Formats: sequence, structure tokens, C-alpha cells
Amino acid sequence: MLDDFFTRAIVAGVGLAVVAGPLGCFVVWRRMAYFGDTMAHSALLGVALGFLFEINLTVGVFIVAAAASIVLLMLQRRDGLSTDALLGILSHSTLALGLVMVAFMSWIRIDLMSFLFGDILAVSKLDIAIIYAGGALVLALLVYLWRPLLAATVNVDIAEAEGLKPERARFVFMLLMAAVIAIAMKVVGILLITSLLIIPAATARRFSATPEAMAVFASLAGMLAVVGGLSTSLRFDTPSGPSIVVAAFILFLLSLTRLPVRRPPGMETRR
Amino acid sequence: MLQQTENPAEVLVEMHNAGIHRARRWLVRGVDLTVRRGEIVTLIGPNGSGKSTTAKTAIGVLKPDEGTVKRSRGLKVGYIPQKMSLDWTMPLTVDRLMRLTGPLPRARIDAALEAAGVAHLKNAEVQALSGGEFQRTLLARALAREPDLLVLDEPVQGVDFPGEVALYRLIREIRDRTKCGILLISHDLHVVMKETDTVICLNGHVCCRGTPENVAQSAEYQTLFGARGSDTLAIYRHHHDHTHLSDGRIRHADGTVGDACDGQHDHGNHHSEKATPDA
Repeated sequence: MLDDFFTRAIVAGVGLAVVAGPLGCFVVWRRMAYFGDTMAHSALLGVALGFLFEINLTVGVFIVAAAASIVLLMLQRRDGLSTDALLGILSHSTLALGLVMVAFMSWIRIDLMSFLFGDILAVSKLDIAIIYAGGALVLALLVYLWRPLLAATVNVDIAEAEGLKPERARFVFMLLMAAVIAIAMKVVGILLITSLLIIPAATARRFSATPEAMAVFASLAGMLAVVGGLSTSLRFDTPSGPSIVVAAFILFLLSLTRLPVRRPPGMETRR
Repeated sequence: MLQQTENPAEVLVEMHNAGIHRARRWLVRGVDLTVRRGEIVTLIGPNGSGKSTTAKTAIGVLKPDEGTVKRSRGLKVGYIPQKMSLDWTMPLTVDRLMRLTGPLPRARIDAALEAAGVAHLKNAEVQALSGGEFQRTLLARALAREPDLLVLDEPVQGVDFPGEVALYRLIREIRDRTKCGILLISHDLHVVMKETDTVICLNGHVCCRGTPENVAQSAEYQTLFGARGSDTLAIYRHHHDHTHLSDGRIRHADGTVGDACDGQHDHGNHHSEKATPDA
């Protein structure tokens, strides 16, 4: 069944969407969109270093993205530049550094476009295995850390005071982000990874009454975007990664349209 | 009802000469503070005097840079922060907020929401609550979790005056019901003082401490807040011993519910009552 390239693409994309949904919810809730973008941009540096030291590219991207997030957290702790400026500096510096390094390594031929915008139609069975194994691990850890992460997102002092160790949860969350960026690179590419985190989560908001429901709906919205985007891509010969993002965006726009508004019970009693 | 006034009650948290140093200056220094079970300790002081810092140090959110902080083993802390900004994108109902840091029995959630007068908001989105409703919800959360030590950082901020009185009543009720110790941060001395056992007046260090009356009359306090603070001290002498429920019935301070407010019945458990000066 996995011999067909299109089936492999669907399976890989759906696997990624399932993981990206809940993780993306936290990115949206914690207003970390730019943070995620910065980590993703650093992935190209990971690719370059992966080629340089001849290690698996997914592993290289994971290490560099995780390192970038740790550097960011450390710089944030110091007074000085605002987080916003820090993110802007790191985001583009790491991307540029990656591009320059790749250009220097004249002995290897790299299809830069496939890293920047993804090459989901070329995923191998090994890629699928990595996506599903990595994805399962990420999901398991996310479920395990759900309560402290959610509490810390609502209020970090409450979480700390009530004994949930939010610092640790946040650190692991960064590693999970790095892992998802590493496995998502092949699907939508470095430049579009954060969209797969944020757009389905934003789409899900409208239909969710609890954080948990939003996580599930985000996964579903992501899966729908992958299937829709890839089908369009196959039919009209459009680039697959961007097609997925466009499909996700269309779903988001649809979620904004006025449906019969379902007010949560209890809201009627309020003025 | 409260034996702890007679017997020395269990010490929940004890700070000794604690200080927090940040960005090359001491935010607060030399704080000695003890909260016992059933006791209400109020921190007062001007803005930037280190009240929040002291409270966060007491519960372990901040680690002291000098001095010691000892908490009793297995201390269960309830914390109500000064501000909470919740992103609109998080779908969070009052009911879910109650269970934020740990599971709670359904009946206990309902009872706590009822006691705090926000039972009708159970399924409302947290972001849609008014300031007073939000504070009541957080107090309901504290009530349901039954902490050993409840820390409230300016709980009446953004709440109108009747709401303020009601919130302080609720805080006292929580203390009476759960027998917890309470560390309260306040910028306005006069309303809260009545229920407080010990007032600690901060201004980067401990200016003065004692019973509300002693503090209000102390020279240090009057320098810090002006004489007006002590004038207004006894205005709210708690004739409000009942709550008007949404269905028109009356809930009295002792928890009974009736059809009329039969005036002032004795709370019977306020150690500070006898010492309250008349206005």
C-alpha cells in the first residue's frame, strides 16, 4: 500500500497533522508563533550541519532547533533586548547562516527548495517510520505533561505555587517543538512549518469548548488540510507543501464564516 | 469554633530574614513572617514595596537570596495572583479552571461555586467574566481545593465597594470553613483589617507589624499612609453578615440560608473584634 508515492505522502502528512494539532494549540495559547518560526528557520542550519558532520538530517535539525530554543530562553532571562528583537535576530541569522553554509559546501548538491518548501511527494518508508515513531513519542510526552503545561499557560505562578513545576514542562515543550519541526521539514518545509502548527489550531478555536477539544479539533483540521492540499496538488500539479498550507488557510477562513452561533450553555444568563 | 486562638496553631510557613535580590538591588530584605493555620496575615505597603515578592517567596515561587523560608511538609498552597492575562484563544470555562492544577470531585466544585456565589457561571468562559466574578471564581477554586495556605495578591482589585466587602467576607468564610492560613496582600488597610490577625507593613523591609489597631496607630504606618488610614480603619465593622442570593433568599455568615436578613448576628469567632476601636 505504501508503494504509491501519493499514499505515502498522505500517510506522512496525516501523521504529522495529528501531532501538530495539540502542539500548535500551545503555540497559539502562549503566543509563541514567532518563537516557533525562529526555531523552524534555524532548521536550515541543522541541515547544513547535518551534511557537514554526516549525521541524519532529522537528528541534525532537532539538535539545532532545540539549541536555538535554549539560547532564546537564556537570552530572554537577561535584561536587555526585547524578546521580539531577539527572535528577529535569531530567526533570520540562523536562516542566513544555514544558506551560506550550504552554499559553501560545494561538494554536495542540495535541492534547497525541497528543504525550504518541503518535498512530501518524495517521502520514503523510512521517513514515514520516523514521523510515526517520533510523533507517537511527542504525543505521549504531551499527554503526560498536559496538566502542568496547561496550568502554566493559564498562569505560571499558580502552576508553580500549586506544585506543578512549570519550568520543567516548558523545557520539555521546547524539545517537543524541535522534534516536530524536525519531522515536519520534509512535509511542508522550513518556511511553512509554523503554519501547520498555528492555522489548524486557530481554525479549531471556534468549535471548541475546552482546551482538550481544541487540541483534537486542531488535529482533525490539520488532517483535512493535508488530504485536501495533497489532492489539489496532485490534480493541478501545484507544489505540495504550499498547497497544504493554502488548504489549511481556506479551512480557517471557512471557520470564520457565520454559522448559527452555538453559545456555550450558561452564557444566556449573562447580560 | 476556632480553637487555634487558644492553642498555638501549626506553623504553615516561616520566613526568617528573607531577602530577594534582582538587577543589583534588593526588592525586599530582612522579612520575618509566620503564618499559622487559621490565621490571616496581611501584607500592606505602597507600590513596589515588595508585597508580591514577599508572598511569592513565602510559597516558593521565588527562592530567597538571603535568609530562610521554611514550609511545613506537604503544604498545599492555593494562590490567587494579582493579574491574570488569559489569551482569548484558549477555550476555558469556569468549570475547567477549577480543575486546572488537579482533579476535583464534581460535588466539591459545585459546592464551592455555590458558596462563592458564582454557581450560575459554571459554564461561562473565563475571559468573559467581570473583575469581581473572576475573583469570586478564583476564590471558589481555592475553597474547592482546600489548601493549607491560601495566598491572595490584592484580591479586590478592580472590584467595586460592595463587591469588596463581599469578597473579604468570602475570604473569611474560606478561612473558617477550611481552617487554612491566609496570606493576604492589600493596598487598602481599612476594609481588610478587621479580619486580620497580624498586619505586616512593608516598604522594602518590614516597617512595622502587629495587630491592625497597633499598626494603624504606629508612627511608621502613619508616615507611610498618612493619618487618613487610621481614621478610616473602623468604618466597615461587619454588619454585613449575610449574602443576598440570586433567588432572593439570604445566606448568613454561618452558612444557613433563610428568607430574611435578621440583622446582626454574632460571628463569634473574631479574635480581633474585641479590640476594634469605634470610629
